[in-house]
Amino acid sequence: MKVSAIITLKKDVLDPQGKVIHQTLDGMGFKDVNEVRQGKYFEIDVKENDPKKAKEIVENMCSKLLANLVIENYKIIETQ
Amino acid sequence: MKSSVITFPGSNCDRDMDVALKKFGFNNKMVWHNDHELPNSDLVVLPGGFSYGDYLRCGSMASKSKIMQSVINFAKSGGLVMGICNGFQILVETGLVPGVLLRNKYLEFICKNVFVKLDNKNNKYFKNLNKDVLELHIAHNEGNYFCTKDQLKEIEDNNQIAVYYCNNLGQIEEKFNPNGSIKNIAGIFNKEKNVLGMMPHPERMIDQNLSGEDGSLFFKNLINNIK
Repeated sequence: MKVSAIITLKKDVLDPQGKVIHQTLDGMGFKDVNEVRQGKYFEIDVKENDPKKAKEIVENMCSKLLANLVIENYKIIETQ
Repeated sequence: MKSSVITFPGSNCDRDMDVALKKFGFNNKMVWHNDHELPNSDLVVLPGGFSYGDYLRCGSMASKSKIMQSVINFAKSGGLVMGICNGFQILVETGLVPGVLLRNKYLEFICKNVFVKLDNKNNKYFKNLNKDVLELHIAHNEGNYFCTKDQLKEIEDNNQIAVYYCNNLGQIEEKFNPNGSIKNIAGIFNKEKNVLGMMPHPERMIDQNLSGEDGSLFFKNLINNIK
């Protein structure tokens, strides 16, 4: 079963890459942007077929490796 | 005095560290990341480089290497563990020292000499060092030290800040901060001060003809403190 996780920077953490992307978008004429924050997206195919259990496995991966909880939050966004 | 330098796939300052440690009298062994056991050591060093290609987050994969469980146990039993540059990034990922190292504030790889001010000499690393400001070398893309407000308070309350970026006179100001680190922090200790993580490379300052001698002072002093 495929489980997707999204990792985002916490609110107070400076995101210089997001800032530069924002500036570039602005330079390209996209003037309607308040802020850009860059994150990470993972698509993990686990051997477990029970959606609840599969989600738990990926949550465990997020907290132990995929995200650093000092600066990042994670969210399981879909299972299929 | 015995030391061990851990080599991860992508480490590139491991040999420099080996040369530096041997020059100042350590009997050093190189240890492969896939080994389970540390040789008997008075000091363990996690060297600089780009372990695992900096994939995911710098140091995150290396922090889960087989040898790291032994390194963590060694540190928790009071052993001296020093992480330089990528080694510092690995240390924060293990949780042995608090905080994280983010991308440099101005998104550029920084490679230059800097001055750092020692904040706390009540430890095996800096005790008896007769200088308060050292000139060392930095070369990193992710050296922007960050921690939460609560962590910062704890770090300050426990005197865990090891070195600050400063100028040659030891003045700690934002304009001497190369990478955006909170409070100009260049290196920190764990609570017990047996684990030191820092971005600057003392092993690159051990020859007057090549660079400078402040690294030599550091290593000479370190081996005397361990004896």
